[in-house]
Amino acid sequence: MASTTQIPAPPARRTALSNKQGHKHGPRAKRTKGPGRFRPNYLGGLGGWLWLAIIIVPIYYVVVTSLKNQAGFFTSNPMMPPTEPTLDNYKLVLDNDFAMYFANSLIVTVGSVVPALFVSFMAAYAIVRGKGRFLTWTNNTFLLGLAIPLHATIIPIYWMITKAHLYDTLLALILPSIAFAIPISVLILSNFMRDVPNELFESMRLDGCSDWAMMWRLALPMTRPAVVTVGIYNALGVWNGFLFPLILTQSPSTRVLPLSLWTFQGEFSVNIPAVLASVVLATLPLLVIYVMARRQLLSGLTAGFSK
Amino acid sequence: MSTSTGSSRRVLEKGPSGWLAAPALVFFLLFAIIPLFGVLFLSFTKWDGLGEIKLDGLSSWTTVLTDPVTGNALWVTAKIMFFSFIVQAPLSLLLGVFTSASQKYRAALAVLYFVPLLLSSAAVAIAYKALLDPNFGLGPGLGLPFLAQDWLGNSDLVLFVVVFVIAWQFVPFHTLIYQGGVRQIPASLYEAAQIDGAGRVQQFFAITLPQLKYTIITSSTLMVVGSLAYFDLVFVLTGGGPGYSTRLLPLHMYLTGFKANDMGAASALGVILVVIGLALALLLQRLGGKNRNASQLEGA
Repeated sequence: MASTTQIPAPPARRTALSNKQGHKHGPRAKRTKGPGRFRPNYLGGLGGWLWLAIIIVPIYYVVVTSLKNQAGFFTSNPMMPPTEPTLDNYKLVLDNDFAMYFANSLIVTVGSVVPALFVSFMAAYAIVRGKGRFLTWTNNTFLLGLAIPLHATIIPIYWMITKAHLYDTLLALILPSIAFAIPISVLILSNFMRDVPNELFESMRLDGCSDWAMMWRLALPMTRPAVVTVGIYNALGVWNGFLFPLILTQSPSTRVLPLSLWTFQGEFSVNIPAVLASVVLATLPLLVIYVMARRQLLSGLTAGFSK
Repeated sequence: MSTSTGSSRRVLEKGPSGWLAAPALVFFLLFAIIPLFGVLFLSFTKWDGLGEIKLDGLSSWTTVLTDPVTGNALWVTAKIMFFSFIVQAPLSLLLGVFTSASQKYRAALAVLYFVPLLLSSAAVAIAYKALLDPNFGLGPGLGLPFLAQDWLGNSDLVLFVVVFVIAWQFVPFHTLIYQGGVRQIPASLYEAAQIDGAGRVQQFFAITLPQLKYTIITSSTLMVVGSLAYFDLVFVLTGGGPGYSTRLLPLHMYLTGFKANDMGAASALGVILVVIGLALALLLQRLGGKNRNASQLEGA
């Protein structure tokens, strides 16, 4: 990838020749290929709409079903909206400690992502700006972490957490989550850090700035898109994480949302509408963020990966 | 927290202190590298998860390597990895190219394309369990009898259901990566190709694909190594069943350790998982030519 455009990340450049109205019609292209650069791409468009249907239908089904009462669920057509929409299922879920699970998820996510960003940023700065065998070795260690399915280490982690008397606490989820977020964070942050011109650092150094100051006053503003990317990516991962909570927590007081969906499904297995209402409720917070800040979220996510 | 000791004479050559990397390194050593050795150590022990850990030589390894379920788990993992890659990679690439174009309606479509990104695997799996119900799911709902099958109870069908649901959840993320990649291709390349009379398909193969080389490597690596971590989705969707038909290696490890209380054997399976992941990642890096990160390090 030619590293041409950097900061600010999302370039408004398009590959297509914008504003070119196609005047040659006729679907000459025989493949379902992407950007219609010159004329409408019928096959591509068809594929695009088809995929949309694949995405929408399940979501529609879940929402519609969650608004039915049990009798309605068993008698009506599954794809039809309920004749008497009800919010009872949502009430049932909310009455079942949903708020507490939500708070737990929030604590674990913020508690993992913020420290992970902080330590990864410092490490990326040292790796990019520093020299020496130790830093090279450190970087290689992190790169190794990218190649290894870290979930394979869950058993020793379980042992460590138990030994440290952290089993069934939120901290038990936070600590390994921080560690697991570090490799990808350091990789993306250091990729961006390399593009900050050396002269800027040198001039600050000549002005007598310490590394600490350079890090927060120069490197951080210059790599903001990457920091956002890493933050969003890790937050999504931790928020939706299932394996750590399953293995490292037990009681309802430390339950996080994804796990609560699963236990809820066990408790209310016959009440499908209620189970689906819990799925909708658990997704709602992220959906709200998505609706409000879609551009930042998506461009933030891509900025780090498509370099 | 230590900052550098700004006392060197050779101001311009002095980098920051390595201490800045220490906090991240400590975390990572403690919760990733040490457990990595831990899992190797535990594979030579007997432990039920609660009591004493006893050294036990190679017995866990003998158990794991002679158990037909292990071979089956490897086979299931390979199948799911292969099929989900075959389905996801072309789809994500095409959708990424498609959504990177500048037409309004595509941008509108893309808004909805990315929604599955937000869902947890547990939520997706639970939703699909309801959706695939032969009596109250999609089949009867759309009046399509062929959709009203016992998808999750039929060991011939269930693997494809798993692959489909994985694709449904993860294609959006890779689409996003490809979309970003396509948008970084200089438009002048396309303009030149157009002047030379290259059509859309020609342009795709002559410009888009070669230009996306690194994006393809990034996405494929994430996809393949990621398929060793499809744990939660399959766990909630099928629990590994029916029978052993969707018992992937990570799931098999979990069930062996935390359900059958044989942590030694589960650790041996963990070691196998690590080795496979490492081998695949190295292979993909090789395929992609030189290791970019290393080369960038040299030029840093």
